[in-house]
Amino acid sequence: MSTARRLDPVLLLAAPAVIYLAIVYGLPLLFLLGRSLFGAGGLASFGSFFADPFSWIILGNTLRSAALVTLVCLVIGYPTALVLARAGGLVQAAILVAIILPLSVGVVVKAFAWQIVLRRDGIVSQIMTGIGLWSEPQRLLFTETGLVIGAANIFVPFMILPIYSVLKLVDPRLGEAAATLGASPLYRFFKVALPLSLPGIVTGIAFVFSMAASMYVIPSLVIGDRFQTLATLTGRSFLFMRNEQLGSTTAVVILALTVAIVVASSWLSRRLGGAS
Amino acid sequence: MTMIEKIAGWLTGILAFVTVVFLMTPLVVTVAVSFGSSAVFTLPAPSWSLRWYEALMRSRDLWPPVFASLKLAVLSTAIALVLGTLCAIGLLRGRFRGREVVVTFLVSPLMLPGLVIGIAMLESFRAAGLRDVWASLILAHVVITLPYVVRTVFASLSLFDFTLIDAARTLGLTYPKAVMKVLVPSLAPAFLTSGMFAFLASMDNYPISIFFTDAWTKTLPIQMLQYVEESPDPTIAAISSLLILLSIGVLVIGDRLVGLRRMADL
Repeated sequence: MSTARRLDPVLLLAAPAVIYLAIVYGLPLLFLLGRSLFGAGGLASFGSFFADPFSWIILGNTLRSAALVTLVCLVIGYPTALVLARAGGLVQAAILVAIILPLSVGVVVKAFAWQIVLRRDGIVSQIMTGIGLWSEPQRLLFTETGLVIGAANIFVPFMILPIYSVLKLVDPRLGEAAATLGASPLYRFFKVALPLSLPGIVTGIAFVFSMAASMYVIPSLVIGDRFQTLATLTGRSFLFMRNEQLGSTTAVVILALTVAIVVASSWLSRRLGGAS
Repeated sequence: MTMIEKIAGWLTGILAFVTVVFLMTPLVVTVAVSFGSSAVFTLPAPSWSLRWYEALMRSRDLWPPVFASLKLAVLSTAIALVLGTLCAIGLLRGRFRGREVVVTFLVSPLMLPGLVIGIAMLESFRAAGLRDVWASLILAHVVITLPYVVRTVFASLSLFDFTLIDAARTLGLTYPKAVMKVLVPSLAPAFLTSGMFAFLASMDNYPISIFFTDAWTKTLPIQMLQYVEESPDPTIAAISSLLILLSIGVLVIGDRLVGLRRMADL
């Protein structure tokens, strides 16, 4: 009893950081939540937010664009993670550089670059007209397609890395064993490789979706004011509209969405990991 | 190898190659535009020139934010390295229940939307009467940098065999000397790498900084976004290229210290 109660002195080393984050970050989040639920206006502001048809358009924009970004990231990210896990030497190094370098460059820089690439005279338009897929140059900037391309580019490392971290632990002999036992390549993929990588896929989807649902810089540079999402509305209501009540409400909606996704995915990937 | 296997292999390879090109596109485009002569971002550039770097050197709007961001990143990274490393040691060596929960809390600023964290801090700082721009920025940026240090140093420490310190003491070293000779060298790579990534995260942060900067004190990403919206010209590409160069530097040093593969461990 007494040994369990006595504070381990080594733990004191952790105290400054934990106390710091609790005060500067934990408490403010709790206050934000508390005020939006119990403060003046409180729950009523959620009521009026969800009663407004405009809010549903914004929610739709947010969820649809995030879902599309996640889908694109999964389709191009999974094969990349697969190659990264199996390759060695120079190929692996090249893929790793292509993932880590963009990750360490700021989002403003990359969003600015996509502004250039997606213009009517940008590279995408030049390539598409060059190979004859488009009859005339088109502008993807300020379109939802452009937003999805730019956002997928910025978030795809967060899909590749969790899948890679699971795939690199999979024993390659498992596939060989299945082949020796007569399993067809498709059967082997769907019954061996895919189930083993599911925890990584779930984590990747959760990362990308929650980041894409709360992105702010990319939409403001790549698509502009006409396309509002929860995050752009939140930012604008604080920075330009001075409607902090609305901003707090939407901030709490984003927070709830992200926390739900993170919690659900970690539970799911743990279950999937335990099952295999 | 069957036909299907070959086709599937080729398809995967092609998709991976396309993804690598896709990932590098914004960086390559930025650097190409910065060395082009065109003021309207024409690619391929009509001719090469250094005029945007000259414009950058003369710029009055961009340098103050550069120095503000550097100062902020250095300060907040230094604070995070001290607090974060002590914290990782304490958490790993201390005996208590709920360690998982505490670590998750410490790393959670990386998983929650920056915009929401920024708004929460803005409201609380205001309620507490804190209006000083620099104090708010530093307090906020330590929240950004600390998780990087805690995560990486904690992961590296959990691979460290603490009995090595006892072994060194058995061989006649004093405790501080044993720590210096055994623990510090094996922890140094993770310490430095996490510091570099924390530094970059602070340099690049937009969604939290936006709530604490004002007309006189701006960080670089804030000023850059404003510049792009108001008067886009390739001067921004020039400063972006310098930032990319900084990231390449970090990547090269990180590769020397811990290797690319360990840097990919999220």
